[in-house]
Amino acid sequence: MNVVGKPRRRVDGRAKVTGQTRFADDFALPRMVHLKLLRSPHAHALIESLDVARAQAHPGVHLVLTGKDFPVTFGILPVTQDEYALAPEHVRYVGDPVAGVVARDEQTATEALDLIEVRYRPLEPIATPEEALAKPEPRIHAYGERGNIHRLQAFQFGDADAAIAASDHVFEDIFFYEGNTHLPIEQHACVAALDADGKLTLWSSTQVPHYVHRALARVLRMPASQIRVIATPNGGGFGGKTDICNHELVAAKAALVLGRPVKICLNREEVFYMHRGRHPVLMKFRTGVTKDGKLTGMHLQTLVDGGAYGSYGVASTFYTGALQTVTYELPRYQFEAARVFTNKPPCGPKRGHGTPQPRYGQEIQLDKIAERLDKDPAELRLAMLAKPNSLTANWLRIGSIGLEQCIKTVVERSDWKNRYRKLPQGRGLGLACGAYLCGAGLPIYWNKMPQSGVQLLLDRSGQVTLFCGATEIGQGSDDVLAAIVSEVLGIDPYEVRCVTGDTGMTPVDLGSYSSRVTLMAGNAAIQAAQKLKSMLAEAAAEDLEVAPERISFANGRVSFESHSLTFAEAVVLAEAKFGTLGAVGSYSPPRAPGKYKGAGVGPSPAYSYTACVVEAQVDPRTGWITIPKIWIAHDIGRTINPVLARGQVEGSVYMGLSEALMEEQVFRRLPPKLSRALVHKMPSLLEYKSITSLEMPEMDTVLIEDPDPNGPFGAKEVGQGPLLPVPPAVANAIYDAVGVRIDEIPITPDKVMRALEKKAKGEAPRVGPERFPDVPYPQPLIVPPAWEGGDGSEVKRHDAAAVV
Amino acid sequence: MRHAQLALSVNGEAVETSVAPYKTLLEVLREDLGLTGTKHGCELGECGACAVLIDGEPQLSCLVLALECEAREIETVEGMARGAQLHPLQAAFADLGAAQCGYCTPGILLTAKALLAREPRPTPSRIKEAISGNLCRCTGYQQIVEAIEEGARRMDDERRR
Amino acid sequence: MMRLPWFDYRAPRTLSEAARILAGEGPNAALIAGGTDLLPNMKRRQSAPKVLVSLRRIPELKRNGAVLGAGITLTEIVRKPELPRGLRQAAAQVATVHLRNMGTIGGNLCLDTRCNYYNQNYEWRKAIDFCLKKDGDICWVATASKRCVAMSSTDCAPALLALGARVTLVSANGERELPLEELYNNDGIDYLHRRPDEILTEVHCANAPSTYWKLRRRGAFDFPVLGVAAALIDGSARLALGAVASRPFLVAKANDFLRGKQLTDDVIDEAGRIAASRAKPMDNADLDLYWRKEVTAAFVAYALRELRGDDLRETRSRIARYEPA
Repeated sequence: MNVVGKPRRRVDGRAKVTGQTRFADDFALPRMVHLKLLRSPHAHALIESLDVARAQAHPGVHLVLTGKDFPVTFGILPVTQDEYALAPEHVRYVGDPVAGVVARDEQTATEALDLIEVRYRPLEPIATPEEALAKPEPRIHAYGERGNIHRLQAFQFGDADAAIAASDHVFEDIFFYEGNTHLPIEQHACVAALDADGKLTLWSSTQVPHYVHRALARVLRMPASQIRVIATPNGGGFGGKTDICNHELVAAKAALVLGRPVKICLNREEVFYMHRGRHPVLMKFRTGVTKDGKLTGMHLQTLVDGGAYGSYGVASTFYTGALQTVTYELPRYQFEAARVFTNKPPCGPKRGHGTPQPRYGQEIQLDKIAERLDKDPAELRLAMLAKPNSLTANWLRIGSIGLEQCIKTVVERSDWKNRYRKLPQGRGLGLACGAYLCGAGLPIYWNKMPQSGVQLLLDRSGQVTLFCGATEIGQGSDDVLAAIVSEVLGIDPYEVRCVTGDTGMTPVDLGSYSSRVTLMAGNAAIQAAQKLKSMLAEAAAEDLEVAPERISFANGRVSFESHSLTFAEAVVLAEAKFGTLGAVGSYSPPRAPGKYKGAGVGPSPAYSYTACVVEAQVDPRTGWITIPKIWIAHDIGRTINPVLARGQVEGSVYMGLSEALMEEQVFRRLPPKLSRALVHKMPSLLEYKSITSLEMPEMDTVLIEDPDPNGPFGAKEVGQGPLLPVPPAVANAIYDAVGVRIDEIPITPDKVMRALEKKAKGEAPRVGPERFPDVPYPQPLIVPPAWEGGDGSEVKRHDAAAVV
Repeated sequence: MRHAQLALSVNGEAVETSVAPYKTLLEVLREDLGLTGTKHGCELGECGACAVLIDGEPQLSCLVLALECEAREIETVEGMARGAQLHPLQAAFADLGAAQCGYCTPGILLTAKALLAREPRPTPSRIKEAISGNLCRCTGYQQIVEAIEEGARRMDDERRR
Repeated sequence: MMRLPWFDYRAPRTLSEAARILAGEGPNAALIAGGTDLLPNMKRRQSAPKVLVSLRRIPELKRNGAVLGAGITLTEIVRKPELPRGLRQAAAQVATVHLRNMGTIGGNLCLDTRCNYYNQNYEWRKAIDFCLKKDGDICWVATASKRCVAMSSTDCAPALLALGARVTLVSANGERELPLEELYNNDGIDYLHRRPDEILTEVHCANAPSTYWKLRRRGAFDFPVLGVAAALIDGSARLALGAVASRPFLVAKANDFLRGKQLTDDVIDEAGRIAASRAKPMDNADLDLYWRKEVTAAFVAYALRELRGDDLRETRSRIARYEPA
């Protein structure tokens, strides 16, 4: 291969280092006016009255919009259309938008916000999942399972409890993973304007222009064909820009009313309110193990703090249990989950979407199992790895698995065998693994169309233009697409012009989330490029008087042996022969084998795998934690551009480490006797701690190539999976260093200190959640695994015994 | 409370504009001069995205009053390239994956340029220290550190030539 | 984008002119030097002075000899090896490279007190119905407290206190010099004994063996949640603490104990115990407050051991994440 696998400057590299990449807030259009949102100061309240007269009369104010202007709800998932662009009567978290002011400049709009008079009737806020379970009233939403329980899910893939009960060893552990947020350095921004034809254009820092497009049509009640959404390059996404945002809808409406461009850029505090970040999850793992270290069954229960709206929450909740089966052989699995509403900014998908939380618990529990069984944690895992080309208990189809090589690589490079459990007191190593999707098997809204499309246009100059809905969020999607097309056509990737993320110009791609772009848009690009290639081959073959299949494409030439044409010459011949040259490609994932209700979350065309070893240093006097080095190996299938792939792995390590050590999206309840306030504890870049260059350890990064038949040239994802093993590996390393278990995230020095004090007193050397509340999980859906006679469907309860 | 006349020197060019006194250098660069290469992530001095060079030293344009910049030399990312040719640091950043989303990149490039002006061949730990006031959420910093080392090498080579 | 409110901008060229403006404008005016503390507060509407008096063009404040002008930047302090090590270590750990290029020693000494209930946007503070320090009538950190408990967060002050520094204040009515210790008041609102018409102009500080240890979450950006300074004055070690009260202070009981004593391990332990008993961290800053109190003794030990001449570079690089100054 000429392009794929070679380290290269990304195609948009020059723009990024010259400041020419145009982010949403960089747009300034003639006659542009500015939008600011008035947000609720109450965590939970009803709006009794709202008077905008004074704001409207303020000099420089053009328009004030309120909930009355937005009668239609929206939501990213069809089953949870529970948000309003501006809340008409019920506010559900501090920061919930209630009005929008458009003025000549941002300063004037801000001044006018203070002139809007809102009378609220405060309601009791629900601060925690425990409260949400205990207090059905006041209800945050009128829909859901009951009270403040949004969603309950329960599945039984074989009788796990029976298997666990019959095991040589049973492990029961409770873990907690605190919520955290994406913290893109670019604050969300958008500009809405009417184009010369009177159609609406929205430039927005979004990862999902297609979904924004659909939501705008719904909320503004106008045909989608009259709306164009352009995703500007995102200044960091990480999942934080995958939802429909209130400000996008309000700006669009304002542009329609005023007939002039309207801009908004959230301030940092508002970005914390936009959130849609990592759900706080409380987890209970009951796991059975044979005396030689094989898993017999796992029963996982999760309690998910959803915040004030649905967002992606139903999917996130499924993901707190969907991928426990893809790393290690697990014959029986029971999974129960609950998502509750609380009066906090809504949670959603952050890098790893719902899976880092249970991965944290699972990988620490494996460390505990290895210790009890007196086995090396690496050997324990290697002996139980899931098999390639297999089905899991919950009916996921696994293709390639490079996990064995990943584990062996980090074990060897970290000198694990000589250092684990052998370092002096205060120093330790920890190992953990993980796996992730390469795109979700099903789209967010039910349809039979492809998940990704690519269109190629070939100009007679030899220029190739690629059109695709995929969104450049820094991950390098443009570069991946250019590389794939240029590999197929034998040209230089810098010859390919990428037009991406524009619903007015590009075929639909569902967006840059769930690690789907390389695999899905990549396959679509191959398909389109191959169509063009055969046309070029046919035309060139005629000219060179050989059979088309003997024509080769490389280095900008179309050749047969020593006879060759330039690529542009071949294009001219082909255009003369076939007319204007263009081709399309599209991708739909393979049908998933699971047929039960709920089987839609978890399937993927391929799974990526990662193993990680963390070295930790802990000061026994203060609990102070230092991480000197991290070794990581990621099974990427095939590397398209090693420079970018390594960046994705290292960025994931960074984010996982930052979550492990300090990131927390947490809230403050004032004394209830004095106040109903429930506020974000620290909505600032200073007090929401994320690690700097100085906390970053040395990283040893290895890409493992085990090509997957479903990936373009075998490629799998690399943007999310490598985050997963990092937090549990940190926890395991701290245990190796000082013998204390921190069964919750973040792992802070005060928690380590508390655990050390317990240890000194002879108590269990552990800090973490002590109990798991009673959750009214429903009767599980019974879905027998394939090896217990199942066919992927649920069985009726009275039939279950017969099947098992 | 009126607008003030302001004469600045930006990237070696004299510019004049009239601004409200409350405007920071960041706002004037982006909104009045159209130099949107300078980014912002908090406007409170908590991220480093808006860093520019003032008299050769990296400072945060979000916390500098534009009125206080008269008679001082301001350099932004737009002033780094020489004609169409990238500054060696820019080229190294592009080649080595130091810019993923590219949003923190202008601030880090200028911070690195100031570092190399003082210390032409800094160690990786000195580089980490110098850019510790620039938050990056994408890279994990490693490729940035390597790109600054590479930029320093390329600048060295240029000087030798 | 967070923006500043409207204000009138004045840029006097001499100290006396600045003092005159300040005398005329009264509490409506605020001084701006580096701007790194004032401007974020103004953007969050914690303060909205009508007049900003810039100190940038006053040459007297830039004096950089035996006497330090208040307008010397923190970076300039770090780069001046003849200054006491403790002061340079403190300056080198303030905020970030960029902010040290902007912030001044005078500004750091006069830094507003900080609190998680106060250093927030206007909208956030409205959601808690404000607090004692600004626009409200209750301290949410200690609801029974009549006094604001916002925390002194200056790094340079403890270092200079341990060194016995003095400062000069100038007003239209004349000037006065006082021990730095007397500049501070243990009240989160009235935290300085500086009259509104006074300008801090100079810092006087003799060189002496000294050291500064800062506790914060990250190696950059963060304000201290504990600062321990130690200096050897007339043969005795002296300790000052920062970020554990509304003022930085010399730890009188510990310093009485240390007077005339060799810094043996036992003496260091006892000094740490005494100093820790004086630390009163509150739940208004980063990290668990009980833990912050608990590790005070360890940080005092780092400071005193470094003062004694122990090689603490490895510990320093783990705590500070780099080698400050």
